[in-house]
Amino acid sequence: MSETYVKGEVRALEGDMVVAEAMRQINPDVVAAYPITPQTEIVQTFSEFVADGLVDTEFIAVESEHAAMSACIGASAAGARAMTATCGAGLALMWEMLWCASGMRCPITMAVVNRSLSAPLNILTDQTDMMGARDAGWVQLFAENHQEVYDNALQTIRIAEHPDVMLPVMHGLAGFVLGHTLGRLEILSDEVVKQFIGQYKPSYSLLDIDHPTTFGAYDHWDYFFEHKRQQWEGMNNALRVIPEVGQEFGKLTGRYYGFVESYMLDDADVAILIIGSATGAAKVAADRMRADGVKAGVLKLRCFRPFPAQAVADALKGRKAVAVMERSSCFGGETSPVSAEVCSALYLRSLPIKVVTYVYGLGGRDTVPDEFCQVYHDLLKIVETGVAEPIFRYLALRDY
Amino acid sequence: MELKGWKETSIAGLVFDAGSSVEYETGMWRSSRPIIDLERCTHCMFCWVYCPDGAIQVENSKVVGIDLKHCKGCGICAEECPKKVITMVDECEAKTEAVK
Repeated sequence: MSETYVKGEVRALEGDMVVAEAMRQINPDVVAAYPITPQTEIVQTFSEFVADGLVDTEFIAVESEHAAMSACIGASAAGARAMTATCGAGLALMWEMLWCASGMRCPITMAVVNRSLSAPLNILTDQTDMMGARDAGWVQLFAENHQEVYDNALQTIRIAEHPDVMLPVMHGLAGFVLGHTLGRLEILSDEVVKQFIGQYKPSYSLLDIDHPTTFGAYDHWDYFFEHKRQQWEGMNNALRVIPEVGQEFGKLTGRYYGFVESYMLDDADVAILIIGSATGAAKVAADRMRADGVKAGVLKLRCFRPFPAQAVADALKGRKAVAVMERSSCFGGETSPVSAEVCSALYLRSLPIKVVTYVYGLGGRDTVPDEFCQVYHDLLKIVETGVAEPIFRYLALRDY
Repeated sequence: MELKGWKETSIAGLVFDAGSSVEYETGMWRSSRPIIDLERCTHCMFCWVYCPDGAIQVENSKVVGIDLKHCKGCGICAEECPKKVITMVDECEAKTEAVK
């Protein structure tokens, strides 16, 4: 490629530190946050940056995640660039306010260090927390590795504050697997970050005393629906803005982002669709299957809300069977949050691809390449027999 | 009040002008209606102070009636009136009475 990119500094950081470092460079006006394992290091590290005078941020040490999001909403309505971070049970406690943030069109951004939801008590990673917030009107991105954690953190600002979007954005990273492990990544200079994210210029602000405005007023049956319809529009616009921002970021850094990343997929017969940190293990499995002459591929989903149905359908078109990997406890549906979206995307475009759902890796259970190879073997059998049942499966579960 | 579509109405329901509640008629929510006996009323203004909707109509320091377009029928005025000259009447009956 002939283009020249800005040079980053190569660093080794824990995933949580990556988020804190990105927040230092973003230098938000307000951060209101509450520590919770495995997100604690983000808040702890960032509060040190505040204490050391490295940022201008007003840091609010709140008494709960519900209060954290409430304070961010107030700050955002006042015209501030507001950020927070949480995980698992913390996100669950925020749930009511997640809807207020999106409904009030507050472009708050937040890292979610993905953690399971108890009980049984568990602090390790899966994506149940963010899947539980999937309909709350937040844009949702996920990272596979440390570099993506950093790059997502910067891009969320641009996506959230885009005038056609004006929605809060959360970006997920696996607790412990990314959050507490060292990873290599390139950090941009403070100046480049500052230029990329730009200044937040709110259209309306509580502090604009020349144009007094009421935020969050009561809405009756006569207008509530209309204001909700506006949120759908913001979400639909995010489908355009997310790849636009990803391309602009790519032109700057050489790291281009869209909705999905295909791995060995173009000629694949069987494919694994997956979100997040276990993607690497699936790619290793695809390599092994390829070595054995099996046309195996991986489709990594970076963005879950808005759901990029067209991009997923385009990528899966021509595949014979797809395994959708679901890392969340998602009881009661015939499929799962991710799988239901994939089935819908394929069905509505009349793509006759066999789809099976695999729940995997709950509560921090590691999923290794051999287990993804087993998924590919299952898919080959489905292609051979034409029988997909059972369509809902559990990977690496004892007694299964 | 003319209702706007989702493209025209303010984002997230932001309100820019003061006094918008005057345009918003809430009287239709009422299930019971306050009736003031103005002959016994001492014009102490307790009802005016306590009314959460500013629906007590006052002219020249005298209570003259109730703004039924905005009174939600909460009954606080009747509860607080020291002379007990405000009675809450079933809204359906009050309407029927008015028609008679």
